[in-house]
Formats: sequence, structure tokens, C-alpha cells
Amino acid sequence: MNTSDQYLKAIYLVQQEEDGPASTGRVADMLDVSPASANEMIGKLEEQDLLEHEKYKGVTLTDEGIVRARDALQTYCIIERFLLEVLEVEEFRTEAKQLEPVIDETVADRLDTIIDRAPQCPDCFDPENDACKLLEVEPDPAD
Amino acid sequence: MPLAVVAVSVQQPVSSDHQLARLLQIGVVLEEVVEARAGEHARTMEVDDPELEALLAEAAEESAGHREQLEDLIDDLEADTIPFEEIKGLVRAQYESEADFDGVLYDQLCNEETAYKFYDDLIAAIEDSDAALSVDRAQLIETLSSIREEEAEGVEEVTELMEKRE
Repeated sequence: MNTSDQYLKAIYLVQQEEDGPASTGRVADMLDVSPASANEMIGKLEEQDLLEHEKYKGVTLTDEGIVRARDALQTYCIIERFLLEVLEVEEFRTEAKQLEPVIDETVADRLDTIIDRAPQCPDCFDPENDACKLLEVEPDPAD
Repeated sequence: MPLAVVAVSVQQPVSSDHQLARLLQIGVVLEEVVEARAGEHARTMEVDDPELEALLAEAAEESAGHREQLEDLIDDLEADTIPFEEIKGLVRAQYESEADFDGVLYDQLCNEETAYKFYDDLIAAIEDSDAALSVDRAQLIETLSSIREEEAEGVEEVTELMEKRE
């Protein structure tokens, strides 16, 4: 998943969390990057019509941005579920974040052929728990 | 430059032996999926097609070879690999039969293209990483590059067969 898709996914989740435009500070927090880096990438995504950025209000994804963000979130869900179900990784959240830059959507699609994922994915993703609601796991102790 | 090719990642995915081992494990699983799906295609195919059967047998054999190379690397990192029987069971559980030639060939093309993309991204991530790894980096990249080359050849072979049958 490339960097822009990681941003779109984060913005999508922050928008859900805030039930409105996503503040750039919160997006930077979620991605563990500096606010300056976040602003720079947000500017680039705006140039591609993937989001609208209104000063002092925040960022809102366009329809095209939402489609890309949901695809990215689905890829992330596949990586998490694969790590937990197939490789039995306890720290699947942390590792999914580390691995997502190098796991392309096409690769995730192949991994998807051996996991059990619900048809409503990614709507069952729970941002607070950073995992699918349908995954049978204990809440992340880090939260 | 299109944004999609910006190489900077939010996180560096190969920053330790542990992460490298995890990515190699994923490579092993991808190879196992290819091998198992090729086996399922051959087992369930309703058409008698020696050329396609030979292609599937070759793909399965090549994947087994790649898997062994990856397992040697994982072993050097003192990590575990994923038993083939386990993945074969998972593939079989979710496998939907591709009864016709086009379906099987298209799936095979996806396998080869996906594997190529995986190794290409992995090599780039290792080259971008400045982490101290306990395996010989040059040897690691050489092994992965030779596997990637064979995946590229695989894509060509499937494409040629597709074009020939059009």
C-alpha cells in the first residue's frame, strides 16, 4: 500500500471518529508523522481531487477519495486477519502497520483467498480497537 | 511524478530481522498458495489440456523451489516457516473450481503477477532500509532478485499461452 493510500485510510477513519472533517493534527497523530509532513501530503492529495481541505475545519474526502480509502482499509483488514488467523501473530495490529507499506493490494487479494472475511468488510472495522469487530481477539492492551 | 510512485513510506517495513522474517514468511505463504491452487486447478479441471497441465505442473514445481529458498533465509533468521500442509488445507477450504481454460489461466497469471509485485516491493524495501540485518544483504537481494526474475518469466509464459489461444 503506497503512502497516499495510507493517508486516505487514516483520513477516512478520523472522519468517522470525528463525524465530520478530519483535523490534520489527528491524521498526523494516527500516522505517527509530523504535522508538516501530513500537511504536505494532504496538499498533494487535494491536487488529485481525492480530498478537500478547508482551513481551520479540516479535511474531507471526495467520493473518489472515499473509494480509495475503503480499498486501502480493506487491504489493511486482510493483512490483520491474515497475520492473526494464518501466522498466529499476537501483535497483529502493530505488525500490520509495519507491513502495510510493502503489501500491495494485489498481494493482499491473494492472501484473502485463504482467510475468512465477512462480505461487509471494511464496514466492520472498529477504529477504536484498530481491528475488525468480527475478529475474535482481546482488546488491544495498548489502548 | 505521479503520487503513486512516491517511494517514501510512513513507516520503514524492514527495520529488523523480525520484520524481514515476517515478510519472508508471507512470501512462503504466497508460494504455497500458488502451488496449492495449481494443484487444485489440475485436480478439478474439466478439460483435457496437456499444455495447460504442463504449465500448472511447472508453476507448482517452481513455487516449491522458491519456497525452499525462502525457507533457508528464514532459517538463517532463526524464525519458523509455515507448513505447506496447513496452507494447502486453507486453499482447499475456500477454493472455487475454475472449470474452464480461461479461468485457470487467468488465475495463474494473477499468481505470477502478484508474486512478482511482492518480490519487487520487498527488494525495494530492503534496499531502502538501513537496518542492521543478520543475513548477508547482498546475498539476500540476489536470491530475491533471481526469484523475481523467474516470476517475470512466468508472467511471460502465461501471457504467451493466452495470446496463442485467442
